[in-house]
Amino acid sequence: MTAQMQTRVAAHPFLAALAPPQRELLAEDAWPVLFAAGERVFAEGAAAERFWLIETGSVALDIWVPGRGQQTVETLSAGTVLGWSWLYPPHRWHFGAQARDDVEAIAFDAAAVRRRCEADPAFGYAILRCFTPVIIERLQATRLRMLDLYASPDEAADTDARRAESPQSEGTR
Amino acid sequence: MTTLTEAAEAEHADPAVPRFYRVVSRREDTYDTVTMELAAQADPLPLFAPGQFSMLTAFGIGEVPISLSGLGSSGGDGGGPAALRLQHTVRAVGAVTRSLCAVRPGQLIGVRGPFGTGWDLASAIGHDLLIIAGGIGLAPLRPVLLAALEDRSRYGRLVLLVGARSPADLLYPDELEAWRERGVEVAVTVDRPGEGWQGNVGVVTSLLEPAAPGANQTTAFICGPEIMMRYAAQALIALEVPTQRIQVSLERTMRCGAGWCGHCQLGPLLLCRDGPVVTYDRASELMRIREL
Ligand SMILES: Cc1cc2nc3c(=O)[nH]c(=O)nc-3n(C[C@H](O)[C@H](O)[C@H](O)COP(=O)(O)OP(=O)(O)OC[C@H]3O[C@@H](n4cnc5c(N)ncnc54)[C@H](O)[C@@H]3O)c2cc1C
Repeated sequence: MTAQMQTRVAAHPFLAALAPPQRELLAEDAWPVLFAAGERVFAEGAAAERFWLIETGSVALDIWVPGRGQQTVETLSAGTVLGWSWLYPPHRWHFGAQARDDVEAIAFDAAAVRRRCEADPAFGYAILRCFTPVIIERLQATRLRMLDLYASPDEAADTDARRAESPQSEGTR
Repeated sequence: MTTLTEAAEAEHADPAVPRFYRVVSRREDTYDTVTMELAAQADPLPLFAPGQFSMLTAFGIGEVPISLSGLGSSGGDGGGPAALRLQHTVRAVGAVTRSLCAVRPGQLIGVRGPFGTGWDLASAIGHDLLIIAGGIGLAPLRPVLLAALEDRSRYGRLVLLVGARSPADLLYPDELEAWRERGVEVAVTVDRPGEGWQGNVGVVTSLLEPAAPGANQTTAFICGPEIMMRYAAQALIALEVPTQRIQVSLERTMRCGAGWCGHCQLGPLLLCRDGPVVTYDRASELMRIREL
């Protein structure tokens, strides 16, 4: 089982930057999971006790918006990581996640991985170097979507005007 | 002395003089976008290549650059060296495009062209062809995808990644399905899913990872808002696709279409003549230049 898990962990592109011994350590905290299409992986606000590497299938990140229901904010496909709220307190999911189709993934025990990171700063730094590019990429993607690039000039002007009027509007940084 | 016939021929060879094309069909693609098919009335224009554009005149309103989105039924394949029929997909954003979108079958519009550079499909022979479209940017890419499908065996994988604002903004949904059935790997994502959307949500570059083209055998054509093209090109470069194998279609205000007036100057390029399709090794610096 462990050897099989090590092979799967080593094959996942998200962990490509880890050294083989670091991947082997990580594989000790990992197990295989399957989610059926439509199954909830985690709920918004719940304790973030795991993260997953998606091997096949895809997952929708969602949030409940009063008056509008469950809204998908982003979809994540095979080859990427699901979940980073476990990294920092309060260790609670900011969004929910639901399998869009049958998903094969590797699950990790977040508390165990955190303990390893704290005990071994080199390991912790290596883990952060896997997560930060993905976090940056998703932040940049979110900023692009905020620009509403595909809007017609009229719609974009309306959005800009509404943002300017909003008392909560923030700077662009 | 110039005869009347010679004068008429000279006028017709003049790229500044529009020719009459009649609207033969009009399809509403989305709430603000229309695809029209135009048929030459007398002298057809020379054949267009995918990626080239027309200057379309809505009489009494004005003239705008619009890319070829298809060669009509009797227009391209085997139809001879002339553009008997042209398809254009127009999004209503201002006075001229609104007027063009409101055309009815039977109406005449003015057409000049073909102008500019096209997608260099020959450079993709033997490679995987990756087409990345954002919003109305799918329109100029449609004819090049159709051309690749006509000659399917010359290319490796055909991958089409499409980003749209919302499901309601998605162009050619029926054709996307038909292309999928013909073996094109089509992936679509939207920024704002709305009710009932079961597909991907996120920026178009998020489709790249799962599509994972083999970097050293990929040729990529990108068209969409400039910032989207820049991000898509950067994502491809990160996957080690060489910059000269990435082609983008640049837009600037265009007037004459023939490199005379200078309205579309971008650095050393006159985009109506040297563009709109430019390889990314040339385009990347120029895309940082702000419009006047
Ligand atoms: C080479 C080339 C190919 C093009 N192909 C197509 C096409 O296939 N289909 C299509 O619908 N459009 C296409 N366009 C864009 C089209 O030319 C413009 O939308 C049109 O010129 C706007 O004219 P208008 O009089 O309707 O609006 P205007 O009154 O001139 O402009 C209305 C608003 O639209 C904005 N705008 C103008 N041009 C653009 C643009 N290029 N991109 C984004 N916003 C713009 C203006 O800033 C203004 O806010 C192309 C442009 C170029 C340069």
